[in-house]
Order: sequence, then structure tokens, then C-alpha cells
Amino acid sequence: MATTTIAGQTYDVNEEGFLTDPQVWTEELGTELAKLIGIEMTDAHWKAIRFLREDHGVMGETPTLRRVSTQAGIPVKELFALFPKKPAKKMAYVAGLPKPKGCV
Amino acid sequence: MTATTTETTFVPSFDDEDSGDRKLAIICSKGNLDMAYPGLILANAALGEGVETHLFFTFWGFDMINKKTMEHLKFSYLGNTAMHPPGSSSSMPQGLAGLPGMTAMTTKMLKKQIADLDIPEVPDFLEQIYESGGHLWACRLSADMMKLHEEDLYEGVEGIISASDFIEMTDGAQLLFI
Repeated sequence: MATTTIAGQTYDVNEEGFLTDPQVWTEELGTELAKLIGIEMTDAHWKAIRFLREDHGVMGETPTLRRVSTQAGIPVKELFALFPKKPAKKMAYVAGLPKPKGCV
Repeated sequence: MTATTTETTFVPSFDDEDSGDRKLAIICSKGNLDMAYPGLILANAALGEGVETHLFFTFWGFDMINKKTMEHLKFSYLGNTAMHPPGSSSSMPQGLAGLPGMTAMTTKMLKKQIADLDIPEVPDFLEQIYESGGHLWACRLSADMMKLHEEDLYEGVEGIISASDFIEMTDGAQLLFI
């Protein structure tokens, strides 16, 4: 398994670079992960990321873009603005979760 | 709080630059409920991957963007021998498909299965695609044949264009005909 060093700490990551253990995540780490992909976290970003964390905790899987939009009440358009181009994957990465499996 | 990594940090390659060139064109030519979904699902997936996506609605596919019909697409398994009741491997008898009321029943069944998976109905799905930056185009010939105008179509449709306009616009795109 690959590891990577973020802010002086070593973390296990999968072959794509996503964290493998959701438990090691903290909001500070989320901020660092966001920076690595060029995102400066704001309250709007946090609203989405905190929903991902909560929902993953309850459902046991990463919510899809549609689920984030309908359940957290954030319009899809806004998610694309906050996490450009690949919002579902980028949100999962920042939240320290696996990328979503669902199709829609 | 700056990252103080001394070695290179392994970050997923989200390929922001590379996927900028990829383009997908999907021609939606069917108006049956089951055949509306493949194009919508693939368009939505492509947009989520940062791919520029264009959908061209033509012939029966017009029912997907016609405000009067988009909510009422139907599903019949007439001519589709792969139709099994959910959870079963035996085919439904073709003769039954044509009975009065059967299409309404199978439509209801399919809609429930789609909703159970939290997949939106056609108008909502188009909205999501539009919000994700997808481009929706209506076929000029079909509009003329069906005597429909822009005001009859879903608001997210950018225009009624000819087949050559669409071909020109999707230069270099990967193309799907559904």
C-alpha cells in the first residue's frame, strides 16, 4: 500500500492517492488535502464536506453528487463552482473518503 | 498552516488540464422511458468527470424535452424478450405486453425501481445535467415535423439546430447514438 506525507504526517493512500482510512481524517487534514488540489476551503465548502462525513458515517458509503445536492440542499451548479470539473471525486478526496461508487 | 512536506505528496491526478479536451456527444433518438435513461446517465457521468457534453434530441427522443411529454414517458416490454419481473429469471410472456393497462403497469414498476435507487425522473435529471453545464440541443427537422417551437421545450434546451450544426459543434467529440 502506498503512503504519502501531508503536513509532516504519513498517511496510507490507495493507488489513486485517496486516503484509505476514513478514521484518520480531521478538519485540519481536510484543509491540507483541499490545498493540494488547489482549493481554499470556505464555509460553503465545509457545508458539503461535513455532509459527506456525516452521511458516510450513517450510510457506510460516500454520497454521490446528486445525494449531496438533494440531501444537503446545495445546488449541483454550486458544487461544480466549489469543486470544479470533478466535484464528486474532489469532495470525496477532501473528506478523506473513497470516491463514490453510485452511478447517479 | 502550510504543508511542510519535504518529499513529493501523492495527490490523485484529477487531470484538470487533460480532460479539458475531451468532448462527448450523445444523440437521444428514443422516447421510451427505459431508453431515455442511458443517455441521461452517461451524460451526467461524463459531466461529473469534467467532460464537455452535448445531447442532441431527435425524433422520438423529442419526447424527453417536450414539456408536455417529458414527465410521462412510458415503458412497454413488447418486443423485449429480456424483460423479467424483478428478481426472477423467467421472461414475461410477450402476449401479455399488449393487453390494455399493461404499459401503465410496467411503467409504474420501472418508475418505482428507478426512484428506489434515488435516480431522478426525466425532467429532474435534465435539470441536473443542465446545472452541471451540459448542453441540450433540439433537432430542427424533428421540431418541424412535430410542429414544436422553443417555447414547447424544456427551458434548458439551448436551441433548435440542424444536424449539420450539431456535427460542426461536436467536432472531435466521441459520439453515442441511443
